[in-house]
Amino acid sequence: MFKSLAPPEYLATIDREKCIRCKRCIQNCGWGVYSWGGDKILINTSKCVKCLRCYHYCPEEAIEIKDNPTKFKNNAYWSFHHIRNIKRQAETGGIPLTGMGSDQNYPILFDNLMIDACQVTNPSIDPLREPMELRTYLGKKPSSVKIEKGKDGKLKLQTKMPPQIKLDLPIIFSPMSFGSISLNAQKVLAMAAKECGTVMNTGEGGLHEDLFPYKSNIMVQVASGRFGVNPDYLNAGVAVEIKIGQGAKPGIGGHLPGEKIPLEVAKTRMIPVGTDAISPAPQHDIYSIEDLRQLIYAIKEATNYKPVSVKIAAVHNVAAIASGIVRAGADIVYLDGFRGGTGAAPSIIRDHLGIPIEHAIAAVDDRLRQEGIRNEASIVAAGGIRSSADAAKAIALGADACAIATSALITMGCTTCGKCYTGNCSWGITTQRPELTARLDPEVYAERLINLLHAWTHELKEILGALGINSIDSLRGNRERLRGIGLDTQTLDILGVKPAGR
Amino acid sequence: MFEIDAKGSYYRDLNNKVRDAISKGEKEITLKNINGQYYIGDGLREKVSIIIEGVPGNDLAAFMDGPTIRIKSNAQDNIGNTMNSGKVIIEGNAGDVLGYGMRGGKLHVRGDVGYRVGIHMKGDKKQAPTIVVGGTAGDFFGEYMAGGLLILLGLDENDPRPIVGDYLGTGMHGGMIFIRGEVDEKLCGAEVGIMDPDADDLKVLKAALTDYCNDLGLNLDEIMKKSFKKLIPVSLRPYGNLYAY
Repeated sequence: MFKSLAPPEYLATIDREKCIRCKRCIQNCGWGVYSWGGDKILINTSKCVKCLRCYHYCPEEAIEIKDNPTKFKNNAYWSFHHIRNIKRQAETGGIPLTGMGSDQNYPILFDNLMIDACQVTNPSIDPLREPMELRTYLGKKPSSVKIEKGKDGKLKLQTKMPPQIKLDLPIIFSPMSFGSISLNAQKVLAMAAKECGTVMNTGEGGLHEDLFPYKSNIMVQVASGRFGVNPDYLNAGVAVEIKIGQGAKPGIGGHLPGEKIPLEVAKTRMIPVGTDAISPAPQHDIYSIEDLRQLIYAIKEATNYKPVSVKIAAVHNVAAIASGIVRAGADIVYLDGFRGGTGAAPSIIRDHLGIPIEHAIAAVDDRLRQEGIRNEASIVAAGGIRSSADAAKAIALGADACAIATSALITMGCTTCGKCYTGNCSWGITTQRPELTARLDPEVYAERLINLLHAWTHELKEILGALGINSIDSLRGNRERLRGIGLDTQTLDILGVKPAGR
Repeated sequence: MFEIDAKGSYYRDLNNKVRDAISKGEKEITLKNINGQYYIGDGLREKVSIIIEGVPGNDLAAFMDGPTIRIKSNAQDNIGNTMNSGKVIIEGNAGDVLGYGMRGGKLHVRGDVGYRVGIHMKGDKKQAPTIVVGGTAGDFFGEYMAGGLLILLGLDENDPRPIVGDYLGTGMHGGMIFIRGEVDEKLCGAEVGIMDPDADDLKVLKAALTDYCNDLGLNLDEIMKKSFKKLIPVSLRPYGNLYAY
């Protein structure tokens, strides 16, 4: 067979002195890197993706995974990946796929924004001993409220409130379908969402019956493939999301490769086993804002007016599009920046289309305020929220809440190797192979995800305390409490923040 | 028989009236003077019968799960969007994107339909949707089809237009399309195979058409006089070679 001229990205090595031939690396590797040669472990390093499952499960710490030192000649312009992709394309004629959000070296605005803190002239708050409110309601808010005094002297809200999603913290889980991730991974998200008072999102893959007990913490999704969408599904969750786009692949559709479609997934999606599940980029019933409005209200009619979220990728004209979405009747606008993750996307799309979420939040929040419709919908920001600080900055820029997915998967073992599209995830997350998914014990990993959310909750409260405010509402759109460092005037203007020192 | 006069009604009020009538146990409801109201029958789950007099608006029977709706005239776009079960009978023509993502139930159209009809249809062993069109169809008929049954009859022999448009069954990876008469191979996507129906296929076809003929007062034997072509996907993975792994 013709040997690929695309060199391996990583070198898997075993210290033969330390190796006790226990074969755990063979069992644990979902990629087939290791095999038994009769007297020693054999290594096929071209299959290695550096997911580090073998490293963690080697009892003797005999395994080391190195970046391949035999790379092409160093070249600042022709990077390793450019050359490697050309070689792969020359061999296959195919589009190189990738998983995860973009790993390219674009500026990260979150890292150039600093949060304010109180000193001397205004008191900070100690969140460990004083109440601190993170409760968040997603949905349309009335432009004014009428309150009347009842006969018993108590104040009563007269205005009928539109439906709201109640969250105990301003962080939800981004949509990831059954198919793109394993059912056990979805269970982890559902259990953590229930425990922490937030919501997970089914993505476009239907709702497996095992998740029905968590339905008050689930948002369901309708996308162009309509996988798993029936009346039970629409009415199961607290809200319905229409997916138009995804930050990792704006303007292109979903593609779940046949390798990830065994019987259970095929059943939930109602398609043949082993076919590629295609959610095309256009929803062929939506060619305009008016058409979007039609689908939003079709869903509302079918669900007795549950809140409807519309998810779009952050693209150049995002502010005008978001305005249209709000005017079309959406209760939530979900913005997904170009760093947002994916189970499978062509790398050429992931790394070159869209805009960062930071710009998108600021632009959309500005636009909706200018048009006087900011109260008509909540903004959820997603696409590379790596820490509670990123979340706090996104909220200060104007988001009502943030959505996380990669951060959640990392608690389940993910090392961001980016090979989710192969269906071989050795951590049992982005795979449907039963021997791999069985590794992900939902209860064990739910606890880790709950820990993460608790930790971020504490951190957010500390940030609010340092800012001298006691409610996340006071941070929302409060760009006065952000300063930019090393950002040019135009970027500062778009973000609506002052440079540090001003 | 329960009647609702829809003259000048806003769709939301009209649908509330329909839901009220159903919750009071009405089994047969006639909607009179319908004039473009959207979302009629959306999400309804009871096995009731609804007769529509006048032309209903878009997204009729979206997410519907049980009722039978008879439209005594033409209908518009997006009928049977993601419908799960039940039946819609249209005595006239209908518009674009009928039966998008349909999962079950039947759509019987006497006349012509527009573009992208029966796209993303699903199906499994338990349930599968059926769409029968008596006239002609536009482009992208049965696009991305993953399951179910699409039948196109072209009953008006004097109609000079082709029975179906371009891009027939593109992206098809499941389900079956029957077309009465000959099919021009050039119209089909690369993933579609054209063949003659075998005895089992004819059984399926006849069963579907018997029901269709009963609903619309047509003669099955007349329809079956002309031969049919069967279209099925030639590959489960039409895009399997698109990517470099």
